[in-house]
Amino acid sequence: MRLLKSLTIALALTGLVTTASAQTGPLRIEITEGVIEPLPFAAPDFQAEDSAASEFATNIARVVASDLAGTGLFREIPASAFISNVTNFASPIQYADWKAINAQALITGAVSTGANGKLNVKFRVFDVFSGAPLGEGLQFGGSTASWRRMAHKVADVVYSRITGESGYFDSRVVFVSESGPKNARRKRLAIMDYDGANVQYLTDSNDLVLAPRFSPTGDRVLYTSYESGFPRIYVLDVASVGRRVLDDQVGTMTFAPRFSPNGNTVVFSLESGGNTDLYRMDINGANRQRLTSSPSIETAPSFSPDSSQIVFESDRSGTQQLYVMPAGGGEAKRISFGPGRYGTPVWSPRGDLVAFTKQNAGRFHIGVMRTDGSEERLLTASFLDEGPTWSPNGRVIMFMRESQGANGAPALYSVDITGRNLRRVSTPGAASDPAWSPLQK
Amino acid sequence: MKHLTKAILLVSALAVTACTNPDRFDNAGAGGGAAGAGAIVPGSASDPASAAYFQQTVGDRVLFAVDQSSLSGEGIDVLTKQAAWLMENPLYTAIIEGHADEQGTREYNLALGARRASAVQNFLIERGVAPNRLKTVSYGKERPLEVCSDETCYAKNRRAVTVLAAGGATS
Repeated sequence: MRLLKSLTIALALTGLVTTASAQTGPLRIEITEGVIEPLPFAAPDFQAEDSAASEFATNIARVVASDLAGTGLFREIPASAFISNVTNFASPIQYADWKAINAQALITGAVSTGANGKLNVKFRVFDVFSGAPLGEGLQFGGSTASWRRMAHKVADVVYSRITGESGYFDSRVVFVSESGPKNARRKRLAIMDYDGANVQYLTDSNDLVLAPRFSPTGDRVLYTSYESGFPRIYVLDVASVGRRVLDDQVGTMTFAPRFSPNGNTVVFSLESGGNTDLYRMDINGANRQRLTSSPSIETAPSFSPDSSQIVFESDRSGTQQLYVMPAGGGEAKRISFGPGRYGTPVWSPRGDLVAFTKQNAGRFHIGVMRTDGSEERLLTASFLDEGPTWSPNGRVIMFMRESQGANGAPALYSVDITGRNLRRVSTPGAASDPAWSPLQK
Repeated sequence: MKHLTKAILLVSALAVTACTNPDRFDNAGAGGGAAGAGAIVPGSASDPASAAYFQQTVGDRVLFAVDQSSLSGEGIDVLTKQAAWLMENPLYTAIIEGHADEQGTREYNLALGARRASAVQNFLIERGVAPNRLKTVSYGKERPLEVCSDETCYAKNRRAVTVLAAGGATS
């Protein structure tokens, strides 16, 4: 088993010497409106300030451009169209040359290396049609090994300045990596950057593992494993890959865990005697509390971001539907009323929406609704779409799509909450059960 | 896999038992009973005390309707025979595995598989099998038997399988 090395990155964010006062120009995308015409931008290779930096200067600009274009909100203008080029980070921008190729945003940067594998990245964003910088220049310091993270941080700043929303590129995804035939699938936990880079395995594939979930700080993962022969919830430390069982009660099955927003509490399903109900307990295993007592199936609980409520699924009405109840238990209110069955609800990190899996007329959908059940919208449809997880900014949903038949296999996809920009997420092989981390610190 | 290994080990142990207790199956008559047509080979499906016999002749599984965990008439027949066999063969314990087809979400199917396993467990206990000989586990949709994506396969995947295991009953 390849162990995940502890990733220690000190990313320092410092302002460059101010060259122009920060301004809010007309360059702005409103994400909620469902962007049809992506905003054209240019991201010339960053300037290498020493010979060791040249590889990073090119690669960082490529990752920044890929992050932005991958949102569907932006479109990169290829370098072959450039009229002028940026040869010096400090030189004045020839706005007319960029305006002529309709680059509405321009990103320039410079990279230098230092002793002990240090890397420094500085960058600026320009609003070409206003002829002015968009915010101040910034720089990040880190190690050369973390160059992709630094690129993602640059892209997060650019995204944030243009959309007014926080970004999501400097984030990771924990998922289940699958191999083998459909009737003898082998599964192991894996973690990667949000864009599929830097895959590392957290467990071996000796035991079936399901549905990993990040802690609010991204340092721990809850998941279900058959390590004991029976499904049990485990807590895994991402840096050390050390793990421990959360609750080991013989004769019961525990699954579907999720952290509370402060990371101290776990809400989960416990099955005993064929009946599945919701429980919560402290992450250290103390204070187990039963939240539901019903002969129906209660599972897939998810906290609201303010910790006050839990959304979950139950078949108490006869079919799977979504309910919201107080986080300490109590009366639950049904929020799903459309045709079909609803499961795997996940509260958005912004608090405004619940994402879910819907089954209707032989098809599976990923959808969103407001937390009172209103304004339901289906974003996808296929033979099997399942298990949504939110980007840290609540604007994108990643999920699993499994193809049909004997050779069917799952893969990860993402879609934005307007239903646009459906994309397959790169993984080394078949993959399921994605969970998106918060933005890294 | 683990269960299969255990079952084989148990069969070996029973084979030894059968040799040292020739009267057990009333087959220690002429010539030690091991030769000739119709002879019982200990541990094979012809040995009524074997796991193979349980699997092939008694029937180790019952099937369920879509999204249901209630036992069918056919299922009750199989489980009635399972209960009788388990009563006659008290050295065995069993793990009842509940399964679902792929039409459903992962967590729900885990819970549904547990309902199915529990329905079988409850039936066997009602028919006299000691509760401490039976455990349940759900695999949800994780371990389909058949891999096509239509009802011919789904019908076989919605199952509860009684898997015999070695070892004394737990308290």
